Amino acid sequence: MQAFQFDTVTLPPEAEAMRRRVRAFLAEERAAGHLSGRGSWSAFDPEFSRRAGAAGFIGVTWPREFGGHAQSFLVRYVVTEEMLAAGAPCGAHWVADRQSGPQILRHGSEAAKRDILPRICAGECFFAIGMSEPDSGSDLAATRTRAVRTEGGWLINGSKIWTSRAHRAHYLIALVRTGEAGEDRHGGLTQFIVDLAQPGVTVRPIRNLAGGHEFNEVFFKDYFVADDRMVGKEGQGWSMVTSELAFERSGPDRFLSDYQLLAELIDRVGEAPGERQAVEIGRLVAHLAALRRMSTSIAGMIESGRSPGVEAALVKDVGTSFERDLPEVARRIVAVEPSVDDGEDGFAAALADVELHAPSFTIRGGTREILRGMIARGLGLR
Amino acid sequence: MSSEISGILLDQADRLFAQHVTRERLVEADAGRWPEAIWQAVEAAGLPLALVAEEAGGAGLAAADGMRLLRRVGYHTVPLPLAETMLAAHLWAAAGGTVPEGPITLGPCNDGDAVALDRAGAGFTLRGRLHRVPWGGQAGHVLVHARDAGGTARLALLARPPAGNAERTNLAREPRVTLDLDGIALAEDAVRPAPKLAEEGLLVLGALVRAQQMVGAMERSLDYGLTYANERKQFGRPIGKFQAVQHMLAIAAGHYAAAAAAADFAAQEWGSARFGFAVAVAKARAGEAAGAVAEAAHQVHGAMGFTQEHPLHYATRRLWSWRDEFGHEALWQERIGRQVCAAGGTALWPMLVGA
Repeated sequence: MQAFQFDTVTLPPEAEAMRRRVRAFLAEERAAGHLSGRGSWSAFDPEFSRRAGAAGFIGVTWPREFGGHAQSFLVRYVVTEEMLAAGAPCGAHWVADRQSGPQILRHGSEAAKRDILPRICAGECFFAIGMSEPDSGSDLAATRTRAVRTEGGWLINGSKIWTSRAHRAHYLIALVRTGEAGEDRHGGLTQFIVDLAQPGVTVRPIRNLAGGHEFNEVFFKDYFVADDRMVGKEGQGWSMVTSELAFERSGPDRFLSDYQLLAELIDRVGEAPGERQAVEIGRLVAHLAALRRMSTSIAGMIESGRSPGVEAALVKDVGTSFERDLPEVARRIVAVEPSVDDGEDGFAAALADVELHAPSFTIRGGTREILRGMIARGLGLR
Repeated sequence: MSSEISGILLDQADRLFAQHVTRERLVEADAGRWPEAIWQAVEAAGLPLALVAEEAGGAGLAAADGMRLLRRVGYHTVPLPLAETMLAAHLWAAAGGTVPEGPITLGPCNDGDAVALDRAGAGFTLRGRLHRVPWGGQAGHVLVHARDAGGTARLALLARPPAGNAERTNLAREPRVTLDLDGIALAEDAVRPAPKLAEEGLLVLGALVRAQQMVGAMERSLDYGLTYANERKQFGRPIGKFQAVQHMLAIAAGHYAAAAAAADFAAQEWGSARFGFAVAVAKARAGEAAGAVAEAAHQVHGAMGFTQEHPLHYATRRLWSWRDEFGHEALWQERIGRQVCAAGGTALWPMLVGA
């Protein structure tokens, strides 16, 4: 079968050196009381992001002239997996570091690069993703938010939805319609950097089922965006969004979302697990070990200049299925009622948190149904 | 051997298997006849000695390349103990022995069997019984892992004794027989200290080999499924256009990719301190994937895949057998689980990344 390829990657010495640096940094953070026991990596903590930036852990692959550290994708991979596995609160800088920054670096204007990238690297500038709309979720080609030319720039009208952390981010990159869709429906889309502090943009919170405020609806009313805030060329939005999603889909954040629950489960079960407990935990660990190999392999492919779109979709589908499976296994082998407010039982709290957030794992960044369609096309079914 | 040369060897092996493992020969092997013609071709190409060092007369293939070769063996459903012979030849040569010609099998192959070595004058006698030995009625020799009275692990190479239950097979009709070793006398030089890789027994190595073969047989099953989905038309279009079929194959491809990644992990860790853990991961993940991939491949083929006529079953019957040989998933999962729990939650991450 020639459809996809996951080459074996050996992490270079500089990546392992970076692993030691990240661990030393996290040990200091823990000693200073900045890291809660086993928190969620997606927590929004601007102060942590600032310290991570100062330590050189943001913009790892970007050129030095923009504040980056000119290292390989494999080095960046190690930074991200160590941060996630430790449950470090990376939510503030995550989107900017993972996908918005790389887009601006590759396709942004010189002015945007000089203005924004160094601040991202410093851990002071945060991004949200402006793709979905009320009538355009999985079907991004149905985007209706529109930008029309005006003097010196564009005026945007419309709305975006499910925009995580828009209420705390400084910018988002909005995918908007600037022309006709054309026969393949992929034309006429353009991306702009939107400054969320400027007039003409309003953010309305949407509470999630866990009671949290993570995502939002974002409204544009004659929002003015200057020409130099266009990312890429007019009409290039579709191809840029699809390549951006390869970054969004393949990383360790697609199988480590509930890693802390696995660690809690192991401790809860204890040193002498029953046979069934050992079997179930062993199964989860075997899945996780395979996923990490796949994700490392993709980092290697990105490093060598390839665009592993199908492989990325595959990792996200397998990875998020694992994430959904984990709480179900945990509750089968430990008899405990999940509880968000039992401060004494770390396992019950972790289980509750994961159960309430699990539905989002297989939706955000492309639903599993969309991914499976992409995989099938990659396999040659059409 | 350089990686370029080993790539050529893999291509040659692929062509050789495609040429010699014909439908007729698979049917004959199913009926219990030893496929001598395939063995002759495989031996002439030097494949049984692929994992033996060049200075010992082998091809000197690196372990990782040897594991890639075993995936091709699985892909082509080669009805021979080639994986067993390659492994046995490697171990016996590594122990300093001279590798005999012809197929070699090995044992013990499961968790319950153990063999003891008793001193008898200048030599030894064996005590124990091996169950479900692959091709134990056809192989010329058997490589046995045994412990002496002091608990030292040794390997013994002996001419194959008469097989008990000689007609028994696995689901793919590959022979799986009993060998009674009680009282077999061995000369001093037929017994050697086990190389480090085999000190704990042959279960880990056998599991590694079966994991690689399963990856190959899964790839074959998916190839059949994808081809059929694009060719078979119902309701006026290829069934591969239906989302239900697409998603089924996408899920199966995910299992396959994860199994291949796990098997790569084990191949890469050959002989390292993490080898046992990596093999457990590989056998557990590949075994779980094998069932899922076989199920999807059959579902795509409809009734056609349930016939003797369609060749899919040569791959899937092997998957259903190999996932249970050298320890089924639960055995390896339990080993992983016990290791992980003994170390505690904080130790899991360093264990996973090996640093």
